[in-house]
Amino acid sequence: MAKVPVQFTLNGAEKAEFIDSGTTLLHALRDKIGDTSPKGGCHQGTCGACSVIIDGELRLSCLTLAETCNGATITTTSGLSEGGVLHPLQRAFLDAFATQCGFCTPGMIMAAKVLLDHTPNPSREDVVEALSGNICRCTGYEPIIQAVLTAARSNSQHAA
Amino acid sequence: MAIRRGRGVAAINYPTGMNLGGDPTQALVHSTPTGNFMVTLSSVDLGQGMKQIMAQICAETIGVPTDRVVVDTADTDTGPHCMGTFASRGTHRAGNAVIQAAREARQVMLEVAAEELEVNASDLETDGLGNILVKGAPQKSISIFDVALSAHFKRGRSISGRGMFLIPRSYPEKETGAMKPSTCYAHACTVAEVEVDDETGEVTVLTVKNVFEIGRALNPKMVEQQLVGGSWMGISHALYETTEPYYPSRDHGGTDFNQYLMPGPGDLAQTEIIVLERPSADGPYGAKGPGEMCANPQIPAVANAVFDAVGVRIDTLPITPERILRALKAQAGAPN
Repeated sequence: MAKVPVQFTLNGAEKAEFIDSGTTLLHALRDKIGDTSPKGGCHQGTCGACSVIIDGELRLSCLTLAETCNGATITTTSGLSEGGVLHPLQRAFLDAFATQCGFCTPGMIMAAKVLLDHTPNPSREDVVEALSGNICRCTGYEPIIQAVLTAARSNSQHAA
Repeated sequence: MAIRRGRGVAAINYPTGMNLGGDPTQALVHSTPTGNFMVTLSSVDLGQGMKQIMAQICAETIGVPTDRVVVDTADTDTGPHCMGTFASRGTHRAGNAVIQAAREARQVMLEVAAEELEVNASDLETDGLGNILVKGAPQKSISIFDVALSAHFKRGRSISGRGMFLIPRSYPEKETGAMKPSTCYAHACTVAEVEVDDETGEVTVLTVKNVFEIGRALNPKMVEQQLVGGSWMGISHALYETTEPYYPSRDHGGTDFNQYLMPGPGDLAQTEIIVLERPSADGPYGAKGPGEMCANPQIPAVANAVFDAVGVRIDTLPITPERILRALKAQAGAPN
């Protein structure tokens, strides 16, 4: 089958690949481009580990066909730190001991980033709602919720 | 028909590791030419923090900062033997092996330092910062960096050690059946408060208060992290998770993440954790195994709370609305 061209911006860099039609964005990111920060958990849109941000919206890369992303701007967790300085969400996850095995972490951080981009001062209920599409096996969620609330507070202090 | 409230308590006594045919873990420690220390293990870090804890244990034993220790748990084909990371055994078994290996390495390190300083090795101590000092005369000292260089390039010695921790197999006594399945027990007690809707059978866990006795907490933040996650997992096992809801039949068992029921961030009970530290006699620096243990007491506590709320004993897990409603029916004398 003929390959199809796909071109998008990933974490600020132009990417162009020839892929098989039907390739998921998750597969294209991990196996073609080499960005392994989105994880393949369930491959059916249930666990949230593959979450990425496409044109400002939280999307499941395992259910998104790469060829539908032509011209899109995509952000993954590996694109969050700048010049070796962690993003406030990454720093908050670290400080709050919000990771154990780490498999859900990139998806959690993507979901949290979209929340904070739209709602800089979220309530606890806002955070719970935003993370409700992401499964974590290890932490019991509470440290993750606390990390997102802490990151929101440190963001608002920066802005002030 | 009403929402009924109940409270249940449960306490557990949980073995650290198991004892089927003997329970060994081995470790190797060696220094690099620049005086960093390498711990080689086959004990896998699943995210519970094995690497961090083993680095702390090795550093404490040798007398160097934790960031001078690198832990390699890469490959069970090539690493020293470990039975595995399960049964809450990782810290206890691998930690004891690392202490033994690190002690041997420390002894070689002190012998090389003694030759360099022209004193007896028994007169030396470490400052925990990367230096070896003469006891009572700390102005006479040598850095571990220089000791390692000397060992490698001048004295032809390997600053290394072997660790072997084995809990031997315990056979039951023929007459009584008595045996010693474990040498070290952690303990926990949980009080759970629930609401049960006696019309739908739904259970909501309101609060979970846990006390865990885990020996010494070698890394208190990581212990807390594991206990909070474990407490949540215990509730999940009590009320939600199973692959065979009608065991032994596979009917209606979940086959993927869509169908396997787990609580999400919106289903959390208010959770409290209290840690009691009673160092264990045979644990590394007094540690026991908190890992698997911490997800257990919530299950009987929730079952007891359900009984307190609606008066039915559910003895099959998970405690689903269906099981509660069937038990309520039977209690009322109706055909099931």
